[in-house]
Amino acid sequence: MTEKTVLNATHRALGARMVDFGGWDMPINYGSQIEEHHAVRRDAGMFDVSHMTVVDLHGARTKDFLRHLLANSIDKLKVQGKALYSCMLDEHGGVIDDLIVYFLGDEFYRLVVNAATRAKDLAWIERQAKAFGVEVKERPEFAMIAVQGPHARAKVLGLLHEVDRPRIEKLGKFAAAAAQGPHGMPLFVARTGYTGEDGFEIMVPAEHAVALWEALAAAGVKPAGLGARDTLRLEAGMNLYGQDMDESVSPWEANLGWTIALDEGRDFIGRKVLEAQKAAGVKRVMVGLVLDEKGVLRHGQKVLTANGEGEILSGSFAPTLDKAVAFARIPAGEPGAIRVDIRGREVPVRLVKYPFVRDGKPCEGI
Amino acid sequence: MHSSPADIARITADNPTQPNDWTPIMSEIPGDLKFLKSHEWARAEDDGLVRVGISDHAQDQLGDLVYVELPEVGSAVKAGSGAAVVESVKAASDIYSPVSGEVVAVNELLNDKPETINEDAFGEGWIFLVRPSDRAELDELLDANDYEELVENEDH
Repeated sequence: MTEKTVLNATHRALGARMVDFGGWDMPINYGSQIEEHHAVRRDAGMFDVSHMTVVDLHGARTKDFLRHLLANSIDKLKVQGKALYSCMLDEHGGVIDDLIVYFLGDEFYRLVVNAATRAKDLAWIERQAKAFGVEVKERPEFAMIAVQGPHARAKVLGLLHEVDRPRIEKLGKFAAAAAQGPHGMPLFVARTGYTGEDGFEIMVPAEHAVALWEALAAAGVKPAGLGARDTLRLEAGMNLYGQDMDESVSPWEANLGWTIALDEGRDFIGRKVLEAQKAAGVKRVMVGLVLDEKGVLRHGQKVLTANGEGEILSGSFAPTLDKAVAFARIPAGEPGAIRVDIRGREVPVRLVKYPFVRDGKPCEGI
Repeated sequence: MHSSPADIARITADNPTQPNDWTPIMSEIPGDLKFLKSHEWARAEDDGLVRVGISDHAQDQLGDLVYVELPEVGSAVKAGSGAAVVESVKAASDIYSPVSGEVVAVNELLNDKPETINEDAFGEGWIFLVRPSDRAELDELLDANDYEELVENEDH
C-alpha cells in the first residue's frame, strides 16, 4: 500500500508526474525537472518532504542517549533550536541512516530521518532507547515543506506573523524556531535544506499544509519535484542514503568523516570499528567526477582507475553546469587517468573536489 | 540504469490527466505514423526513406532529455535492434529501429538541442532517416490507432 502525503491531491491537481519513492506516492516533477532545478538555483522553489519521518525524543537522559546513538556529538548543540547532521551507525560501523537532530529542550530532541528507512530506524532507535528510559514518539501529524533558493527566505518571511518576522529573519544556519504562519497556523521553521541554497524547511500540522503550500505558491514559490531535489543535492555535494552509503559502507568511505566526532570518552555505537578503520587506513574513497564530454554519468557505472575498479554512486546530468557529474567510490591511492564505462565505451572523466555548485554558482575547478 | 522507453513507462506511475502551465499538452498522434510497442515511430516519406523518432508519450515519460547518441550515417540498422540512445535526466533508453536498412541521415540538431524531442517529438525531434532494405517490415508495425490504444492501456 503506497502512502500519500496530505499534499497528494495538490500535486495531482498541478499535473505532477507521481512515482513511488520509498513506499510513498510522490511528485517527481510537475513538467520540466530542469526548469524546477533552475527555479531553486535562481529564485525560490518548494518541495513536499512530508514523507520524511519526524521522531521526538523525551526524557531526562535523552542527551546521554544521543551521545550513544549518534556518531556526531550532540554536545555540539549548545543553544536551543540548533540542529546537527549525523550518521546513526550499527555495531560494525555501517551507516543505518543519516539524519538531522534538533535541540529543543534539556529533555527534548527531535530527529528527522529518511522515509525509505523509517521502519528500520524506528526499530533501532526504540531498541537503543530502552536502556536510557527515553520516550520515542513518531510525529506523523506533521507535514513538511522545504522552501529553497536565493529568494526563499524572503518569501517565507512575508507570510509569517509580523511579530515573528525579525526573529526568524535572524535565525542562523542550521537553527530552528517556532513561528506563526498564515491564519495563525503554528510552524516549526528550520534554516536547513538539501539543495545547496539558502532557505527553510518548515514543519506544519498536516491540516494546515495545503493552505501553507498555496500561500507559498501565491508568494511566487515554484513547486519542485523529487527529480530536481536529487540534481540539486548532487550538485551541492550532499550524500543520498541508499545510493552513496548504507550499512555496508563506513562513513570514512562515504566522505562523512567530518560528521564523526571522536570526542574523549564518548562510547557511541560503531566507534570501536571506526577507530580501527581509521588506524588501518581506508581501502576505498569517495570522490567527485565531472564528465566534460557529452553523456550522462549514472549510478552503477564502472569506474576504471590505476588501482582497480570503482563505481558511480550518485550520478546525473547537472542542470546548473550543463554536464554530468557524479560521486564515485574508488580504490584509495593515486588513481591516474580515470575513465567511466558508459555502455561499453571508456570515457575519460575529471576528478574534482566537490561541492560542484554552491549558492547558485559552479565551484572553482568544476 | 539502461532501459527502453517501455520500461520507463512501466516504472513511472500514473500519467497526469490534467495539462497545466508546465506540461506541454500531449499532441495528437499523426495518422501517417507507424509504431513499435517500445514507442518509436516510423514515417514512410515520399522518397521511399523512413524517418524515425520517439513518440510524444515516450518523451513525456522520460522527462527532460539531455543527450542523444545518434547512429553513424552509413551504418546498418536492424528492425527491433538498438540504433540510438536517448538520455533524460532520469535514465538512458535504447531507441530501436522500426525497420532494417542503412542510416542515410541523422538529426544533428539534437547534438546541441536534445530538448527538441521534448518540444516536438513527431516533427523537429526526429532522430534518424533509414533507407529500408525490406519495406514489408513497415506492415508489421502498429498503426496510430493501435498505438494510441497501447498507450491508454499502459496508463491505466
